Amino acid sequence: MALNYFQPLFDVIRDKDRCIKCQACARQCANEVHRYDGDLDKMISNSQQCVDCQRCVCICPTSALKIVDNPNKFRNNSNWSQQTMTEVYKQAETGGVLLSAMGNPKEYPVYWDKILLNASQVTNPPIDPLREPMETKVFLGKKPKDVTFNEDGSVNTETTPTLELSTPIMFSAMSYGSISRNAHESLARAATELGIFYNTGEGGLHKDFYQYGANTIVQVASGRFGVFKDYLETGAAIEIKMGQGAKPGIGGHLPGAKILEDVSRTRMIPMGTDAISPAPHHDIYSIEDLRQLVLSLKEATEYKKPVIVKIAAVHNVAAIASGIARSGADIIAIDGYRGGTGAAPTRIRDNVGIPIELALASVDQRLRDEGIRNEVSVVVAGSIRSSSDVVKAIALGADACYIGTAALLALGCHLCRSCQTGKCNWGIATQRPDLVKRLNPNIGYERLVNLVHAWDHEIKEMMGGMGINSVEALRGNRLMLRGIGLNEKELEILGIQHAGQ
Amino acid sequence: MLEKEGQVRIPAGCAISGFISRDGNRICGDKIVKSISYMHDRSNGLGGGFAGYGIYPEYKDQYAFHIFYDSNESRVETERFLDRHFDVVNLSRIPTKKHPRITNEPLIWRYFVTPLPTKLAASQLDEREFVAQCVININDRINGAYVFSSGKNMGVFKAVGYPEDVGEFYRLDEYAGYAWTAHGRYPTNTPGWWGGAHPFALLDYTIVHNGEISSYDANRRYIEMYGYKCNLLTDTEVITYIFDFLNRKQKLSFEDIAKIIAAPFWSEIDSGKFSESEKQKLKYFRNVFSSLLITGPFSIILGFDGGLMALNDRLKLRSMVAAEKDDMVYLASEECAIRAICPVVDRIWSPRGGEPIIVKLNEKK
Repeated sequence: MALNYFQPLFDVIRDKDRCIKCQACARQCANEVHRYDGDLDKMISNSQQCVDCQRCVCICPTSALKIVDNPNKFRNNSNWSQQTMTEVYKQAETGGVLLSAMGNPKEYPVYWDKILLNASQVTNPPIDPLREPMETKVFLGKKPKDVTFNEDGSVNTETTPTLELSTPIMFSAMSYGSISRNAHESLARAATELGIFYNTGEGGLHKDFYQYGANTIVQVASGRFGVFKDYLETGAAIEIKMGQGAKPGIGGHLPGAKILEDVSRTRMIPMGTDAISPAPHHDIYSIEDLRQLVLSLKEATEYKKPVIVKIAAVHNVAAIASGIARSGADIIAIDGYRGGTGAAPTRIRDNVGIPIELALASVDQRLRDEGIRNEVSVVVAGSIRSSSDVVKAIALGADACYIGTAALLALGCHLCRSCQTGKCNWGIATQRPDLVKRLNPNIGYERLVNLVHAWDHEIKEMMGGMGINSVEALRGNRLMLRGIGLNEKELEILGIQHAGQ
Repeated sequence: MLEKEGQVRIPAGCAISGFISRDGNRICGDKIVKSISYMHDRSNGLGGGFAGYGIYPEYKDQYAFHIFYDSNESRVETERFLDRHFDVVNLSRIPTKKHPRITNEPLIWRYFVTPLPTKLAASQLDEREFVAQCVININDRINGAYVFSSGKNMGVFKAVGYPEDVGEFYRLDEYAGYAWTAHGRYPTNTPGWWGGAHPFALLDYTIVHNGEISSYDANRRYIEMYGYKCNLLTDTEVITYIFDFLNRKQKLSFEDIAKIIAAPFWSEIDSGKFSESEKQKLKYFRNVFSSLLITGPFSIILGFDGGLMALNDRLKLRSMVAAEKDDMVYLASEECAIRAICPVVDRIWSPRGGEPIIVKLNEKK
């Protein structure tokens, strides 16, 4: 037998006194970790297959299961970590590119955690959201440069199309194909109930979900999957995906195994073929080409829908954003390097792009310096983990936030980061019917609604503490922020002072 | 060392007062001094000031610049700038009276100027924009010079001290105007800089303000996109620029400006109390000028050529009282400041939060 270089990452610990051999774990685990041996009358675990998705732990009626890190360690080495070494073994064996899923998990700084919020004391009263109105409604889109007046002298109230959000949170782009039909349905229904928007991602829009069109952002990506007239006309806004925070500079690849009948029809590609999105849009090789696509999409939809351009946060993001603001786009979405993905090459995910906090701060400032901040709204994504991240993002200058990973967590995801295997035990990142049906959209949508409601309450509490009763007065209000443990350069880029100043 | 205003943001509580004769009768400046003096305890001696309208009838077609100088050098440099851009019709020190409680005064000069026609034409700006840009230029670029009043037939007088002392110092009993506003300051942290006292002015717009706005940085970063420089980091400064931007540049009425900076809540907009067209307008304002919504407590009196406007924040977190007597309208933080100069009024009331009071001179018959 060949040597096994790969030690299991996890140990499956089963408390034999508690286990009643009901075999629920065995039935639930798509990775086939658990099985019942009838001859021995014993539950047996193959921890080699375990991804630590916690499904069995959650399902076990007697709490007999625990998944823990495998304590087995290679010899300590500050330079060569066990993970790095294991990756070398893996590539030596397969000759392939390493694949990963979800956002960059490495120990880079999280700037949200180094920013603190203000609160009112004495000179200015805090406002109690239980007693006074507290407003979180926002509009996304272009603002007219100057007020114009009608012939009778009244204000001309026409504007270019906008999106109206009840709270500054939207669900990020996640395609049907990368996530399941039930996950999509949960997002669509939650967005509709909440008065916000979800995003189809690049996988087209299932016919059954056209009814949620008023709360849907339809995406046009480099593969153009599922893009046709009805699709564009159904959405409330159109997003051109130029890049994604988890994998800036590269395209996407949905393996043929996930292109089953429904996905194939929605994406408009044959069943079983790989869906490959090229790295660039083949009609966009520069900013002037982007302008043409923006205007073509507007022309196709009679200028009734705002166009979003989504880019990954990269080094010259401010200059790119400035170009986009002048391209005719109404909204810029910026995706930070912590942003999630269904699958990305590990090296790209872990090493390309910049933090969303810094990207946002420099984009907002650059657009203001150029006097074009009102030409576009700015939406940020790429790891907004909580309501306080939202508040900090808005105070730095964002109009709204996209949440992806947090939304999936609400649906049950435990961030095992194995989406690329298609064996999601939570019924989210899979197309296997037996797994998909585990995610009940009636419950899923409710959990999403709960999450956003909870965040909205918390945003209001934090705003009230600052003496702000409307979210627009928070936007770009960097005086409400202070840095902690940040150096001069970081503070300069964020445009904030240090705590104590 | 304490930092000067503009290097650090200083919150302040305050007292404000103002009145106007709708018939345009000119009223002696000692009256406004008396009014604000009754709210002595709302100030702490670190800033007081006044704005008078209609006080320079003999120079009503010239812009009256009131300038603080730290030194003669800054004066020489500024006057060189003024000579390059304006026809200076008259210049002098502003007459003051030594006062034991007003000390460390800068050089205080007054100029009556008109823009040089050639410069104005070359700038391709309208006259008021030209003047505003020159004022912003001086304040931003000339070290030690600060233009604190720049309108026609009006003037601001301010200093570090209690407002009643400031009024005596500037000999306001020697001026008469159809409208006056006053301010007593209670900053929480300042070494006291004369430029930091209120009213704050640009062209004929002056603001006296009581409160501390929580939207400050959102407002500042928006308005600075349009060529304004918020050098003082005070609420009053940014509010003045907002009025200038919305009224002079965007040509919106004062009524509409109130709907932007103290916008009705969505619950009110959607309540059905407004007509469909009004609702559309309110929604348009909240969308387009969302960054000019002012939150946090404020009461302000805006002075402008031909009128006064008073406004509270939409929750009315600061006191403000209004009263009428014949052609006079009085506005103040406290009723006592009105009763002090007009014991018997026809009507007295507290305006609701976000509800503007706009008073203009009656049309001349």
